[in-house]
Amino acid sequence: MARPNLPAARNKSDRVAIAGEDLIRVEDLRKHFPVQSGFLASLLNRGHIPAVKAVDGVSFTIKRGEVFGLAGESGSGKSTVGRLVLRLHEPTSGKVVFDGVDLESLSSEEMRRMRSRMQIVFQDPLASLNPRMTLGQAIEHPAQIHMPEFTPADRRKQVLEILHAVGMNPPEAYYDLFPHQISGGQRQRVVLARALVTFPEFIVADEPIAMADVSVRSILLDLMMKMKEEFDLTYLFITHDLATAKYVCDRIAIMYLGKLCEVGPLKEVYEHSAHPYTRALLEAVPVPDPLYRRTEPMPAGEIPNAINPPSGCHFHPRCPLAKEICSAEEPPLREIRPGHQVACHFAEELLK
Amino acid sequence: MSDDILYSVRNLTVEYKTRGGNVRAVDDVSLDIRRGEILGLVGESGCGKSTLGKALMRLHDGPASITGGELWFDGRDLMSLSMREMPDIRGAEIGMVFQDPMTSLNPVERILDHLTETIHTHEPETSDAAARKRAEELVERLGIRRERLKEYPHQMSGGMRQRVMISLALALRAKLVIADEPTTSLDVIVEAKFLDLLKELQKEFGLTILLITHNIGVVAEVADRVAVMYAAKMAEVGTARDVFADPKHPYTQGLLKSVPNIKLDGGELYKMGGEPPSLLHPPSGCRFHPRCPFVMDICSKEDPAFEPVANGHLASCWIYQKASAVKTSGKQEVRHG
Repeated sequence: MARPNLPAARNKSDRVAIAGEDLIRVEDLRKHFPVQSGFLASLLNRGHIPAVKAVDGVSFTIKRGEVFGLAGESGSGKSTVGRLVLRLHEPTSGKVVFDGVDLESLSSEEMRRMRSRMQIVFQDPLASLNPRMTLGQAIEHPAQIHMPEFTPADRRKQVLEILHAVGMNPPEAYYDLFPHQISGGQRQRVVLARALVTFPEFIVADEPIAMADVSVRSILLDLMMKMKEEFDLTYLFITHDLATAKYVCDRIAIMYLGKLCEVGPLKEVYEHSAHPYTRALLEAVPVPDPLYRRTEPMPAGEIPNAINPPSGCHFHPRCPLAKEICSAEEPPLREIRPGHQVACHFAEELLK
Repeated sequence: MSDDILYSVRNLTVEYKTRGGNVRAVDDVSLDIRRGEILGLVGESGCGKSTLGKALMRLHDGPASITGGELWFDGRDLMSLSMREMPDIRGAEIGMVFQDPMTSLNPVERILDHLTETIHTHEPETSDAAARKRAEELVERLGIRRERLKEYPHQMSGGMRQRVMISLALALRAKLVIADEPTTSLDVIVEAKFLDLLKELQKEFGLTILLITHNIGVVAEVADRVAVMYAAKMAEVGTARDVFADPKHPYTQGLLKSVPNIKLDGGELYKMGGEPPSLLHPPSGCRFHPRCPFVMDICSKEDPAFEPVANGHLASCWIYQKASAVKTSGKQEVRHG
């Protein structure tokens, strides 16, 4: 993006931005949602309110300039992690450090300013756009909040340039349209444009292409990667689709029932997966080749309830390799190969 | 109609009345479903695949209606039946599994009652005990313990609910099961197990399955033959091997290249330009022509016929019909002369 031409371009050189340094550091993050129960039940429980442990002790770092994938099945807590990282939810405990700043230490005004540096793109673009705002207004809105020093004319110019950058051409033709007047793929482009208008450094993309038509997905992914280069972005890419993750992520974390079971460089995790759950997930992805047949058996059952998760390793009731220790002791996330962390008692055996 | 064809759809057209005018959601579509096969029907949202699935049971109401074509099921002309006779076919001979089992099952009825009610409706002579026994045997075959029959749908997981839906179709020994995005609401591991189950049932019960999905991977995994729809028209039909190894229609070619494959190393995904058109104002001629990399003059003018391009492999594309097209224009010239 030709940033110097834009009125709102912020001089990024005053920020010490080094590719490869840690942009996001998440430490032992937890989010427990209390379960609503009746008055009588709360009396009987004597003040102990059961909780859904959506995120239960998650730690990882995201380096500046990388695409960090967070994958798991529905109910694994991956979306909650995305929101916690942006402090859209207050964590129960643990911390999120963004560019060296502990987000929890910020006042609400400081946090508000910080938000111009971090954005989110959700799965459903129609639900993300106000039906009564024109596309131009929607994209301009964050700029109004975060860049009050610019004139409306400057902002309009900037919105048009960003519309052009995300491939909505000619941008003038789209500025005054409403979300229902454009197609689903175009809507996701507009949502991306809105996220980019404040020149953020970090974007959480929560299943950004899951709603798009199959023939439109690859072009949206390509656009996201182009924008990453032009805007020097770092992505947290949340997805349930390991096949898609393969085409975009540099590193990936696999999540199961509120915990990480495996983290590492994408190729390393895919080729040398050392957690039985990761293996099952990779094996279960349907392959678009009729001559390919799955060989490994699938784990039993389905993802359990996060209110009373299984003891020890959360995956042990479904795990084909489970032994006694698995139900008694929770395996810690430990490094077994350079940059490759796994939470399984038998990771070494699996790698053999 | 030859004996190995269970369901034959001929030139089917289904229209929706909307304020903007009539929309043809299924436009002159012909399709054969062979006995004992899993036929995968793929297409993007809005291409008419679900409308086609419902039309096979004449399950359409409100603004939708079948405005043309023939439906031949197991030698019978379904269009000649009255709407009162259709319920005897639905459920009993053609079962249906939808995407969201929670909206298909009655939330205040136990699983057992779903099954026995279905059996009694179509076979009133069956005793309670016999119906119950059949239900128990069936769900156990599908991997659900018989004790769970007394539970309500909300007590079961998504994968189990979908197995209950299948058991409803099997309870009456339906000849054809139409499964519309049956695994879309399931997680990949549960999806993989459900697909394995479908294949087992196909072999064990000689079941014929029409699997409607947008997921190319799912089709590759289970389908014997594949039908590809685009903008209310049938684009291509062939065996799964042929369609995946040698796709004929440019839309199928682009679609297959744009799907991420976890088993392939690197490489870029193909990026198809444009988006599926609105059916309210479909493009002239071949509906894919504005997105087609091989577009020719004729493509925007005339609709290509859906014709065989190889043995058992049909496609509607002018690339393969050049010869006959030239012939027609030649004839016209003669006439003009």
